[in-house]
Formats: sequence, C-alpha cells, structure tokens
Amino acid sequence: MGARLAAASGLNATLAWSGEALAAEAARADAMPARGALHGVPVAVKDNIVTVEQPSTCGSRILAGYVSPFNATVVERLRGAGALIACKTNLDEFAMGSSTEHSAYGRVLHPLDPERVPGGSSGGSAALVAAGVVPAALGSETGGSVRQPASFCGIVGIKPTYGRVSRYGLVAFGSSLDCVSVFGRTVSDAEGVLAVISGLDPLDPTTADRPPLEPQSPPASLAGTTIGIPREYFPADLHSGVKAACDSVIATMKELGAKVVDLSLPHAGYAVPTYYIIAPAEAAANLARFDGARYGARQPADGDVRALYRATRGKGFGAEVRRRILVGTYVLSAGYHDAYYNRAQAARARIAEDFTRAFASGVSYLFTPTTPTPAFKAGEKTDDPVAMYLADIFVCSANLAGLPALSIPIGRFEGLPVGGQLMAPPFAEAGMLAAAALLERHLDSTREVSP
Amino acid sequence: MSWETMIGLEVHVQLGTRSKMFCGCSTSFGDPPNTNVCPVCLGLPGALPVPNEQAIRLAARGALALGCTVHQRSIFARKNYFYPDLPKGYQITQFDRPLSTGGRFAIESAERGAIEVTIERLHVEEDAGKSLHDRIPGKTAVDLNRAGVPLAEIVGGPDLRSPAEARAYLTTLRRLLVYAGVSECSMEKGSLRVDANISVRPAGRSALGTKTEIKNLNSFANVERALEAERARQQALLEAGGTVEQVSLTFNAATGQVRPMRSKEASHDYRYFPDPDLPPLVLSREWIEDTRAELPELPAARRARLASGFGLTAYDAGVLTSERVIADYFEAVAASGADSKSAANWIMGEAMTGFNETGRFAVTPARLAGLIALVAEGIVSHQAAKKVYVDMAASGGEPRDVAVRLGLVQVRDEGALAGWVDEVIAAHPREVDRYRSGETKLLGFLTGQVMKRSQGKADPKGALPALQRRLEGQ
Repeated sequence: MGARLAAASGLNATLAWSGEALAAEAARADAMPARGALHGVPVAVKDNIVTVEQPSTCGSRILAGYVSPFNATVVERLRGAGALIACKTNLDEFAMGSSTEHSAYGRVLHPLDPERVPGGSSGGSAALVAAGVVPAALGSETGGSVRQPASFCGIVGIKPTYGRVSRYGLVAFGSSLDCVSVFGRTVSDAEGVLAVISGLDPLDPTTADRPPLEPQSPPASLAGTTIGIPREYFPADLHSGVKAACDSVIATMKELGAKVVDLSLPHAGYAVPTYYIIAPAEAAANLARFDGARYGARQPADGDVRALYRATRGKGFGAEVRRRILVGTYVLSAGYHDAYYNRAQAARARIAEDFTRAFASGVSYLFTPTTPTPAFKAGEKTDDPVAMYLADIFVCSANLAGLPALSIPIGRFEGLPVGGQLMAPPFAEAGMLAAAALLERHLDSTREVSP
Repeated sequence: MSWETMIGLEVHVQLGTRSKMFCGCSTSFGDPPNTNVCPVCLGLPGALPVPNEQAIRLAARGALALGCTVHQRSIFARKNYFYPDLPKGYQITQFDRPLSTGGRFAIESAERGAIEVTIERLHVEEDAGKSLHDRIPGKTAVDLNRAGVPLAEIVGGPDLRSPAEARAYLTTLRRLLVYAGVSECSMEKGSLRVDANISVRPAGRSALGTKTEIKNLNSFANVERALEAERARQQALLEAGGTVEQVSLTFNAATGQVRPMRSKEASHDYRYFPDPDLPPLVLSREWIEDTRAELPELPAARRARLASGFGLTAYDAGVLTSERVIADYFEAVAASGADSKSAANWIMGEAMTGFNETGRFAVTPARLAGLIALVAEGIVSHQAAKKVYVDMAASGGEPRDVAVRLGLVQVRDEGALAGWVDEVIAAHPREVDRYRSGETKLLGFLTGQVMKRSQGKADPKGALPALQRRLEGQ
C-alpha cells in the first residue's frame, strides 16, 4: 500500500499518510475479533472528513495541521468493517471547486494526462482510485463533487440520497446539500463501501431511519425498467464525444430490454444559479467558525478582535472560498434576502418537483451525461469562475433535489474518459446500482467513441 | 404635558435541563472555565447539533403556562454574527417560525389593578459563551461553559405603562415559570435575563413614540430603576423639543444612569436563515396535549383553591402561593393534620423568617403540624411553642420531645396548680380583698401572677378555675 501511494505521489493526490500509520491500520484490522465486510480493504478519505490519526486540513491554510479530536461517523464505520484508512486526499479548498486546482496544497493531476484536471472537488480521491492505488475512496458532494471527477477519471462515483449517510465529521460546506459519497473502480467496489457507511446516525439529525442498503446482484436484463432521457441534458451544442458515448449507452439499454422515454425537466436550467445562491449562503455561515479564536491557523494582528478576524480569514482562505463567502453573505443580507435566497429556495422546490413528477410518471431512472465535456486542461477555467461552475451543470440538480445519482464510465473520447449519469428516486440506490452494474458488464468503458 | 409610557420586555430564561440544547454537556453553573465543552458546543469542524427533547418539552410547558399556542411545526434558524464567545459564528435560534406565539396572563398593577398582558412569542435557542475581560490583564478570555445552554426567549407585548408594571410583570412571569418547572429563573446565576424596550408619547396620541432598548439588566429592581431613568430622559428630551433616537442602552446600577452602547455593539444584519443541520421541529398534537396535561397547577388557580378549600383570606392565599415551594409546604402541613388557619399563620410568621434567610423550610411539615397540635391541645402555650419552633429548626427534634426538654409542657396537675394559687393569694392579700369586695377585673392580674410563678408552665385552662375557686372562698 505504502509503495503504491509513494509511486503515485506525482499526482499530488494525497495530503497525509505514513507507512507507520498504514501498518498500524493493518494491525488494528487484523486484531479485530471478526472479519468485517471490508477486511483489509484500503480506502482513501477526502481531507474534509475528519480523522483522529491524521490532520484534516480541508485543503486550506486556515486548518493547516488541524487534528480533529473525533473521527467522522463514516470513518468509524469503515474501520468497524475492517477497512484501512489509506490516506487523506487533496481537494479544492473546503470542497469548493470543480477541478481540484483550488487547494492550498497544490493542484491534483489527472492520472491519464498530467496537463489536465481530475475534476473536483474530490479530485485527490478520484485520482487515487483511477490510478489503481486504492479500490475505493470517500469523497463528498455538495454539487456533484464526486460524480464529476468520477466521470473525468473514468471510474464509478455514487452520491447517495441526502440523509442516507451521516454527515457527522464531514466539514460542512452547504449543509442541506452535502453528502459523503463514494468512488470505486467498479460499481460493486463503491457499493460495498456505501453499504458500510450508510444508515441512521444519532449524531446527525438529518440522517434517515431507513433499512440498511443491501447490495443486490445485477438483474439479467432491464426488462420492466423505464429509463427517462431528460431533453434539457442533451442540448444541441453538447460535446460530440459525450453525445456519442451517451447514444451508445441508450442503445445498450434498449438491447437489454429497457423502455427508453424522452421527457422534460423544465426547471433544469435554474439548477446552476440556484445552487450558486444556496450553497454559498450556507457556506458563509458554516465557515464563520474559522476565525482563529479557538483552533486553526491564527494570523498575528494588531488591534481589536476584528483585526484578528480580518488577518486570519483574509490570509487563511483562498480566493474561491473568499468569493463564495462574499456571495453567500450578500444573498442573505437585508434587502437582498428575498430577491436571492428566498427565490433560490422556491426554484429549488420547482427543480425537485420536476423529478417527483418524472418518477411518478412511471420512469425508474433518468440517464444523462455526467459532464458537458471530458476533463479540461489545468488553468483553462481558473480565471472564469462561471465557466468552472458550468462544469457541474448536469450534476448539481441531484444535490438540490436530494436524490441518489451515480456516474459510470461509458467510453473514451480522444483517450479521455466520458461518464454517464443515472439518477433515481429517493432511497432507490439499490435498484439504481444493480442497473448500473448490469450496464457496466455490457459496456466497454475504455472503448474510444466516434461521434 | 402628560405622557404615556409603553414598555415591552424581552426575557431570556435558562431551561432547567441537565444537558445543553444540542449536545450532552452539563449545564451546571460555576464550574471551572471551559470544562463543560465538547466538539458540538465548541463548534469544531464536522460536529453537528442534535436537539435536546427535554429542553423542547420545558419550553413548550413554559409557553403553555403563559397561555401561548404551541405550534406543531417550528424551524431552527441561524443568527449570524462574529464574536469570540460565539463558537460557530452563528447562534441557533428560531426566527420566523417560532415554537409558540400569542400568550396572555394577568398581572396586578398598582396603578390599574388587575390587567392582562400579552406574549408575542416564546422560542428556543442556545446561549453564547462568556467573554471575561478581567481575568487576564489587557486580554479577553473566553469561557464556553455556557455556550449551547438551552434558553427560552419570551417576547412580551408593549402592554406595560410604567416601570412598576414592568416589575410586576417580571414577578408574575417568574412565578409562572418556576411553578411550571421550566426554569430556576435566578438572575444571580444568569438563568433569567431581561432586555427592556421603552417609548413615551403624549397622553391620548395613538402613534407610538420611538423606542429605545435597555440591555442586560441584572435585577428586577434595576429593571424598574433603569426604566424610570430612561422614561425621564425621553420625556425631558421631548419636552425640550428634541427627538428620541432608536438606540440600545446599558444601565449603570452605581450611578442610576443609562448610556448608549457603541453602535457596533448594537447594529447587526443577522442574515437569519433556516438551519440546514436541523430538520423542522415537528410536534404531534398528542405530544403538545401531553405536555399541557403535565403542567402543574398554576399560581392563580392554586390561590383560588387554597382560599376556598382551606377557608383562607385572599391575602393569605396570595402570600402562600407567591412561590411554589411555600404553597407546597403549606399543603403538606395541612395534610399532616394541622388546622389550616394555624398552619397559614405559622408559615407566614415564624417559618417565613427562616425561609427568607435560607430559601428553605427548616422544620418538616409533619413536625410543624405536630407543634400546632400541641398548642391546640393546650400542651404548650402559643408563646412557648415559638421557643419550641426555634429549637426544632436548629436541632431537628420532635415537637413533644423538644417541649419536654425545654420544660415548656403546660402543667395541669391540680396539686401543682393549687400550690401556685396558694402562693399568689398569700403574696397579694390586698388584691385578693379588693377582688372579693367586687373588683373582679383583678382576676386577670392574679392569673398573670400564677403564670409568672409557674414560669409560664401552668395551663391557663386549669389555673383560672383553680384560682377562681380559691377566691370564691371554697
């Protein structure tokens, strides 16, 4: 494990790991009285999920060296199942970004092309799985931060239903959207980890009291399954390679017996603007605690406590985090609250109703591209925040609606992976994963598509 | 010109739970700084709040005691501001969907008699920590033991017309909340805090004057004093043709003056929004009705019941129900068999003196009832019983044992009584002659002499006839 992590160090995907810690993890798992479901399986953990053994920096200077006194619930559950916490992984600072270029600890490289980004914000976890260093990793999603990098890196990314997995120990970004999510080399790898970490947690009142997620074996066919194709996700100017890959998946679904129907999610176009009001509003409050008063890096300052805040937060946060705090503060401020935050909440409700209506009409799952393009080049969008935000145009609706969704690799264009997305009704992960496993078996995800 | 004063109070009370609002830390008062803290109330990264059901129950109970409607759905909100004693950079409170609204209860106004006051809302929230400016020279220390302690904020309507009414409102509010078991309501321990809003306007005008807010008042007396000072300040301003500015003020108890707070302390855009970490608080109708059924009898009902059920005067019933523990004590003494009027007199007399000093009753209800019975049976005199009471309060003994030990049991033995009578007749021949020649009012004097000779131990019921028999020459 240590050798593989060392060999992958050029990706800059890991933040904290050591050979001794790995050995201790392995010894701990071996000493367990019974072999758990993930006995000896190394799992990498995004650095915004807190751990006692390693620092949890969230990719930020403001938490440089910060060590949590408690483990996240998901980390406790992984270890309880015998998994080894392999390392902490690099990310966009506080999970704010779509390329893992916004980390105080440097950008993460795409494993297939070092010029390109692995996607984000969970780019470190995605890169390690794609590079074959670990079979599975934890990431987190607020607006697609696992599915989008899974698509860019050619691996599986699953975002569960909001409330399926505890957020206790996930450093909050947009609390009503945040989900601990899972990367795997295969659907089965990711599903095994998701099954272990899911379930009610008394420490997180937003977790749902549902029966545990039981992995299902894939069905023989998709007979009786209706796949909806929302036309808003296939605009006329969709990238030709992405479109060709999706078309071939739709053909495979039909061959497997699925009924495929065209449908409309009329409020889909509001997803990105809605997301970029609600997520920053919540983030501005969630990140208020990083003030240098109690923990984290405190910048020296002369004067009153306000000078301390200004220096600590001004120097401790990167530009993208500062931008979102400013936006979030603005949209909640007196005089703008109704025009922005309240209207965004209303739009969010409409977006969710679109999905409710689609699933009520008899559709089992929705299929869309995960991203509008394959992985882009580093630096390509860093000067244009809106262009960067649009990389999440197909993924952030599921977060706004709280729905489970996943990305699986469906082909390659000019050597770069392309991902396809399935979205399902709340708590319908098991069926969605079974369908994805069947597709995985019938798709050659490394096949070059020709538009 | 005559002026009308409008006052409304905002009261924060600490809900009487053992643990904090959103974590399991202790709420105990006076522990060393930063010892009752955990990741949740410290606001550590990744920690999440979990509501304390007992705090919700106590808040609902308080709301019902104040006549409020408890809503089946309410929402926790974040109130955002930066301060070192606010660990998360926001306070979890309730904003546009509070737990309860629309209460009313009666208070006794010195000027207007019984009046009804309204409660706009009662909601739950968490307390902040404490900034200590005097611990470390030149620096501010922060104690987060209070951070996350559950509070109910109670916003009263602008119904009060004088500082004295404000005080009466607080007294009645506190009594209701203590009765209902919602809060200890101790200003010394910070479990009751008051902010006061006040405006004045020319009498008869309907438009409201500009209000000011006096923050962090630390006793009911100071609420009244501060409001008097601010009323006078506003009236003087208006009479001189000036205008009142909407400001927050603090009251200096030493000088009796109010002064404006720095504007930075007072003006905030709190950017309230629903707390996404906490689902809406949903209470079933049954839960609310169960909570209502748990409410103990409230002061007004208890006062009426004590007056009619025990034949007490309205005044006595009012004194006995002024605090729940006093009323409980009275009923326990009565239940132990004591005559209710005697019990009331004892509690309002001897027992209250000790209670006011120590906050508790030193003699058990059964023993006080026993002492009352000894008086009723003539075994000890009323005067002697007071000595017995004082001894019992200190020694904890049984009333009869104490009376015997102190030699205060009245003597009925005819031989002993006759001996004292003989001594008195021998010592006062002139008074005896005058009595025998018709000056019968001297009987009182002679009886007093018998009591004196017996050192108060002679039972007057036996001594008087014995004396009369001897005087009549038998």
